[in-house]
Amino acid sequence: MLKEGAIESRLVAGPLVVTTWPRSFLLPPHSRGKLLRDFNQSTVVVGHGYASFQANRRSLISFSDDVSLLVVLIDTNPFFWSTSSSSLNFHQFVSHVLVFLDLIVRLSQLNQIVVIATGHNTCDYIYDSSLDTDQVTGEGELPALYSFVLQRLEEFVDKDEKLGAKQEGLSEKRASSLLSGSLSMALCYIQRVFRSGPLHPQPRILCLQGSPDGSEQYVSIMNAIFSAQRSMVPIDCCYVGSHNSAFLQQASYITGGVYVKPQHLEGLYQYLATVFAVDLHSRSFLQLPRPAGVDFRASCFCHKTTIDMGYVCSVCLSIFCKHHDKCSTCGLVFGKVQSDAASDRKRKVPES
Amino acid sequence: MNNSEKKRMNGEAEEENEEDVEDEGRDAWERTYTDERSWEALEEDESGLLQPIDNKAIYHSQYRRRLQSLSATSAASRIQKGLIRFLCVVVDLSKAAGEMDFKPSRMAVIAKHVEAFIREFFDQNPLSQIGLVIIKDGVAQSLTELGGSPEAHIKALMVKLGCAGDSSLQNALELVHDTLHKIPSYGHREVLILYSALSTCDPGDIMETIQKCKKAKLRCSVIGLSAEMFVCKHLCQETGGSYMVALDEGHFKELLLEHAPPPPALAEFAIANLIKMGFPQRAAEGSIAICSCHREAKVGEGYICPRCKARVCELPTECRFCGLTLVSSPHLARSYHHLFPIEPFTEISARQFELSRVASKTCFSCRESLLTPGAACTKCKQYFCLDCDIYIHESLHNCPGCESRRITPAAASATKS
Repeated sequence: MLKEGAIESRLVAGPLVVTTWPRSFLLPPHSRGKLLRDFNQSTVVVGHGYASFQANRRSLISFSDDVSLLVVLIDTNPFFWSTSSSSLNFHQFVSHVLVFLDLIVRLSQLNQIVVIATGHNTCDYIYDSSLDTDQVTGEGELPALYSFVLQRLEEFVDKDEKLGAKQEGLSEKRASSLLSGSLSMALCYIQRVFRSGPLHPQPRILCLQGSPDGSEQYVSIMNAIFSAQRSMVPIDCCYVGSHNSAFLQQASYITGGVYVKPQHLEGLYQYLATVFAVDLHSRSFLQLPRPAGVDFRASCFCHKTTIDMGYVCSVCLSIFCKHHDKCSTCGLVFGKVQSDAASDRKRKVPES
Repeated sequence: MNNSEKKRMNGEAEEENEEDVEDEGRDAWERTYTDERSWEALEEDESGLLQPIDNKAIYHSQYRRRLQSLSATSAASRIQKGLIRFLCVVVDLSKAAGEMDFKPSRMAVIAKHVEAFIREFFDQNPLSQIGLVIIKDGVAQSLTELGGSPEAHIKALMVKLGCAGDSSLQNALELVHDTLHKIPSYGHREVLILYSALSTCDPGDIMETIQKCKKAKLRCSVIGLSAEMFVCKHLCQETGGSYMVALDEGHFKELLLEHAPPPPALAEFAIANLIKMGFPQRAAEGSIAICSCHREAKVGEGYICPRCKARVCELPTECRFCGLTLVSSPHLARSYHHLFPIEPFTEISARQFELSRVASKTCFSCRESLLTPGAACTKCKQYFCLDCDIYIHESLHNCPGCESRRITPAAASATKS
């Protein structure tokens, strides 16, 4: 049983602003009570007869073009949310996102949602619409989905905080979240869906990020992006932070997704519903926001400035802006045969 | 028995031509049963229902064995790999390539898999270049120049598919040597020969040519389609390449794709050089310029060389006017996983799995419940299912467990010391 008062006071200030159409819109009146608890693809049954009815019904419903599996990566990085000067704070952000998730679930009975939280010290699954254990009967004012997700988010934020308590001396200015971890988990989940058989919804990833890019994650994020490109999974991004994220712009460009940095964050739900609720098949008919220009220039390893022309080490591919004699990353001397230098390097490896 | 291949229309047509050579008494439908026993792909389960053979277990054990052999050779230390490769693919189109032991013919199978190989090669080595050479009528011809665009090579190969005459290994090696001799020293020179014939008709002494190639640091590998030949084996041993003979079509594809990731660089060949490269920006929307590759006026999308301001259509490429190599940062990033590989996961025995204190036995990345013991990462100690293990090591190159932890500098030095 949920203690709704406790959750609401911490994460949600005031009643949720619901701007979707009334619940009865999609469902015939006589079955409303039963189907409300079961409108996404789950196996929770109320009575044996109903179960067989539902199973038969599912076999009649075929996976049409517009069924999607949406994996949402929510940024819960406390360093960002506590210092963000924009008009959106964390509980308003979560309320916009929850209404959006509800919208996706209602667009089609077969739509699936998975929510993964990206924290500062860890990442974890929050909600999976296809799991039995994630179906909770809703009682009270909030719908089942909202209260379940809010409770799990609260548990996650606590866990994230506990893991971070052991660290000291972290500069708060550029504290990034672990985006590469949640992207990797999302891609593994999508591979599992691909393996499940020929009939599956079309997967895509939506990244709701506000934290700045962490340069230590560059290689992992690029690996994840290329893997997504190979599996043809678009990565969309709605960036709620202050400056544009170069990593996510590249991700959307390379994988064929949409990148949006909303100008008016109070209307976040409107951006989500009009741009990111569109399934992959329908995107060919709609004019979605296109990026103005993605900067693919590299930055040099010595000064971290973006450069037009530079020198690249042929062995380790590090980029330098000026000609050097020795590569600082791999330690090799340029232009000479490496027999002595290589054996020195090999002797150093076991010690360090 | 090759159960997975189904007959194609042209395959059946060629089978009818072969009818005179093989059994006269058999019809085409009877011959398919002698060659492909499709009933062997089924088995009965306990209740008597027919099930296809569980390929998953076989696939997993194959993957495990491959991983063992790879980790044994690499010795878990950083091996320098040739990332900027110049590869010449030599396709033997002599009369032996028309043999039908690979359905529909060796030539068709080679062409299909070389197309897949070229795409995979440019996916894994974006800074490298391929050139195609064919051997026909005892003469070697260069089909395409060394270039970085996959479409040009594939188009050229698909057009010229006819086999005739003898095969000449020496002529091919001479041609390849002349092509690869001129490239700069930071590039790794490789040759991949797809040889179907059982003999070679050479104008001179092939041993001299082999020594010439060895001196020029060409790494020659051969994939044979018929049987093992001494001259190919000698060539590969001398130059440091690998010689394999394909057993069937599936094996051929596997052997071919093994050449796509960069091979370890031999110590004396590894010269580090600083290469000057340009990182062009996209041209402004609506700007009109004549592109240097097609010599046509084009609007908008394209890139501008930072040194000479010429417009190019796609990257990576070399600017035609000033010779600067033009790349974008994702192309360099595609090769990073070769430089920072993740360690293989350790397999968990059944007993360890039961004794583990993990509360819910689910795979960390895909949250599927683990019915059979999977694999665990050595660094973050998380459990993964075997399918995720394969996906992580072959495609993703990131361990989700390690990426989901924040390692502070203090903790990092504590674990290292």
